[in-house]
This record gives sequence, structure tokens and C-alpha cells, in this order.
Amino acid sequence: MIYADNAATTKMSRSAINAMLSCMENFWGNPSSLYDFGQKAAENLNRAREIIANCIGANSSEIYFTSGGSEADNQALISAAAIGEKHGKRHIISTAFEHHAILHTLKKLERKGFEIELLDVHEDGIISPQQVGEAIREDTCLVTVMFANNEIGTVQPIEEIGKICRAKKVLFHTDAVQAAGHLPINVQTQNIDMLSISAHKFHGAKGTGILYARKGIPLTNLIEGGAQEKGKRAGTENLPAVMAMATALKDACDNMTDNNAKILALREKLIDGLAKIPHSTLNGDRNNRLPGNVSFCFEGIEGESLLLLLDDKGICASSGSACTSGSLDPSHVLLAIGRPHEIAHGSLRLTIDENNTAEEIDCIIKSVGEVVEYLRSISPLWKDKISGKREFILS
Amino acid sequence: MALYSQKVMDHFRHPRNVGSIENADGIGEVGNGKCGDIMRMYLKIDNDIISDVKFETFGCGSAIASSSMATEMIKGKPLAEVMKLTNKAVTEALDGLPTHKLHCSVLAEEAIRAAVQDYCSKNNLEYNF
Ligand SMILES: Cc1ncc(COP(=O)(O)O)c(C=O)c1O
Ligand SMILES: [Zn+2]
Repeated sequence: MIYADNAATTKMSRSAINAMLSCMENFWGNPSSLYDFGQKAAENLNRAREIIANCIGANSSEIYFTSGGSEADNQALISAAAIGEKHGKRHIISTAFEHHAILHTLKKLERKGFEIELLDVHEDGIISPQQVGEAIREDTCLVTVMFANNEIGTVQPIEEIGKICRAKKVLFHTDAVQAAGHLPINVQTQNIDMLSISAHKFHGAKGTGILYARKGIPLTNLIEGGAQEKGKRAGTENLPAVMAMATALKDACDNMTDNNAKILALREKLIDGLAKIPHSTLNGDRNNRLPGNVSFCFEGIEGESLLLLLDDKGICASSGSACTSGSLDPSHVLLAIGRPHEIAHGSLRLTIDENNTAEEIDCIIKSVGEVVEYLRSISPLWKDKISGKREFILS
Repeated sequence: MALYSQKVMDHFRHPRNVGSIENADGIGEVGNGKCGDIMRMYLKIDNDIISDVKFETFGCGSAIASSSMATEMIKGKPLAEVMKLTNKAVTEALDGLPTHKLHCSVLAEEAIRAAVQDYCSKNNLEYNF
């Protein structure tokens, strides 16, 4: 099997699994218990909190453990909205291609009377700090812009956006789920007030993440109960997964330069190989993208059948076609960068990591080429384009 | 469990009657690029019998497999019987489809009807099925 869907989830690393097992075997007490065995667990919890804080330039008191990226996103937005509401500010700025954890929460806030402004992300999938600056109003309570996009991998100018928000005294949240462990993050130098992370995107366990909230930002509880996480997130901590997350994040940050050098070389090889397929296009800016992200559209074919045939060849990938999502519309991300519906249906996302090899990339290039050619050979759309009855959209 | 039944995967991987027919007696095309599935059916009709059928499909696994299955189900059949073919029968012959994929399979039934309608209008026959 060739695994090329690391944006969906990653394989847990050996060291993360070991950290998890060691916790389950050796200090499985409840961190809230007062006896020594419980306090041992609490010590480990705090050590994990410190490790994670160090990885992103935060203070450990600013790290809140959550059940993952979605919960962190929800809590960040609901909290910022509550703060805004107190001051009569009900305008929120975001982008058209955020993850649904953000977009659906914004929809919910809109129903509660907030005004949501989604910035255009242009064909290259990158917003400009100027756009944010121009959109901020007196009543803006939050700007939330993802660090890097999960489908097309484009990286946003976070530091500059943060600078503008800070100058205008507007809270700035970023969904860094795809960036954490893959790109350098420093909440201080990058002017970030709130940030979401999910462990399973960097070889940690699923169902664990963090919300970073700068000191002094009051959070709104989504889950009521015990006094865990300073009373802001009830529930006995998932210590084994938290230990794994801290180990995985530290590994990822320590090895980031080496890993990225390797992944980048593979990514460039993959992009060059797929670009040779006629009437195809890379989605998102070629350079300003996550090291492991390759996103293409192929004219005249549909993404789900492409994925199924790649699966037959042992390749795990994903697509933004409507038929893979169960909805009638293709990915909102591809539509946001201006891809017509027909083209967006023929999308393929390959997300590689440091465990992939050059041989695997060769195999992917060859397999995608064969499958695209075959699907085009049975496609009435392709036939009409080849015979001149319909216009090609992609060159 | 896999997304699709083995029958669906068999027809998807090895579609029957894929291609086109030159000088077809009836051609039907349904769907559009916007919704993500386009199906085109070619019929050869002799004495009210489907003597040959071919299809081309731009679409997902469900769309390709149901076109393939539908062509098998109508080949050699009289028109009156062909027009009774339902999406339900195609789906059942495929051992079922996930609920959210049913809409893609409706196209097969629709494409066949469109092809028969085309045949009727080309031959000034009354389309009364
Ligand atoms: C950008 C982004 N935000 C949020 C999430 C949700 O994270 P989780 O699966 O941990 O809830 C994901 C993962 O799918 C993501 O890619
Ligand atoms: Zn479909």
C-alpha cells in the first residue's frame, strides 16, 4: 500500500505509540486525584503541556487540551464571539475556504445575529493581509484565517495578518491543524491570539488536540462538568493521547528541517510528473504550499472513480468531487479558487510525508497517468472535447 | 465494509458494453458536468429489439457500474420491456448501492429512455411508453 493521504490522517509514530503505552501501563491514574499516583499523572499532563507550549512559543498556562481540531475551532470562535458580544461587536472576518469546523460554526453564529464576512482567496488560494486590513471595521470582534489549507495546501501570510489584527485590536484565531508539526509556528512572533491543533495530523493519536488561547482571553465552555483545564473544558483528560501528542509534536518540530527537505523533493517530483498529463492543473500556488501537498484537477474525469481505481493499485488518496462527499456540490475549496464545477469534480489530492519514497512517487505518477487516460477513454465529456464539440477548459 | 458491493465493483472495474456505436439508431445523454455525472447511451434497434447497446460515462463508481449493468439488462430485449426498466431494478441487480449514491444510478434509466425517445423521434414513431 502507498499511503498518500496524510492530510486526512497520519500513521502514529513508534515514539508516540510508546509514549501512549507507557502512560497506559505506568501512570494511568486520574490527574485530578490527590494521592501520589494521581499526582504522577498530573505531573505528566503538565509536562506534556509544557512540551507543546514550547513547540509553538506559548506559555503552558495558555494550552487547553481538546478532543481535536474541530472542538478547538468551535471553542475559539464561540469564545471570541462571546467576547465581541459583550462589547457590542458582531462582525467576524474569515475566508471562503476554511475547514467546515470553522465554516459551520460561523453559520451558527450568523443565525445568532453575527455578521460573517468571508474573504476571497483568489485563484492561487492565498489571501492578502491588505484584504484583512480593509475588511476590519469598528465592530469586528474576530478574524479567523487558516494557517494552511487542508485541500490545496496553500499557506497564508499569518504573521502579517496577525500584525494588522493586533494594531487594530481585533482577536486573531488561526486553524493550524494542517500546519502544526509541518511549518514553524510561534504564536508570539506570528501575532496569534488563538490557535487550533489536532494531533493525528502529525503522527499523534486521533481525538486529541489543543486550543491555544493567549493569556487573558476568557474562553467559553463547550463542555460543562469538572474543573479540568482551568474549568474551561470538563472531562477527565485523555492522558495517553496527550502524551503521544506531545511526543509527536516535539519529534515533528525537532526534525522539521530534515523532513521537509525530503518531502519537498518528493513533492516537486510528483508535481512535475503529474503536470505532464495534458489538460490538468495544479490547485493552489506552486511554492507557497505545505511541503507534502499536491492537489490536481484533471479535465474530463470524475474524482471518485479515479480514487477507486487508484485504490485498486494500492494507492490511498482523496478527492474533492461531489460524489466522494455525498453532497451534490464539489469541494467548496476548489469552487473558492474559481474552479468550475466540472473541473472541481475531477480533483485529486495526494498528501505525502517523510515516510514516502521516490519509488512510490514514480508509481503514483505512472498509476495516475494510466487511470486518467482510461477514464477519459470512457468519458463522453472527454470525447466531445477531443472532437471539438465542447471547449477545453484547462490547457 | 467496502463502500460498494462486489457486484458494483465488478461492473465498475470491468464495465460491459462500454464505447459507442456508429450510426446508432438512438442516442440519449443525461446529466451535466455541474452535477458530476454524464451518461450517454447508444442503441441499435432491429424490429423493436435492442440488438446492440453501448455507453460512455463521466462519473463516479455508482454511475459507471449502473450504466454497465443497465446495458446488460436491456441487450436483446424488446423495446416495450426495456422501457419498464427501473433504477430500482438496476440497483437491485447490483446488490444495492449506498443511499447517497442512488441519485447517480438514476441516470442509467434516464439515459436509456432518452435514447429510445431519440429513436422514436428520428423514425417518426409515437413515443408512448
Ligand atoms: C484545517 C482543518 N481543521 C480542522 C480539522 C478537524 O480536526 P479533527 O479531525 O481533529 O477534529 C481538520 C482535519 O480534518 C483540518 O484539516
Ligand atoms: Zn455519482
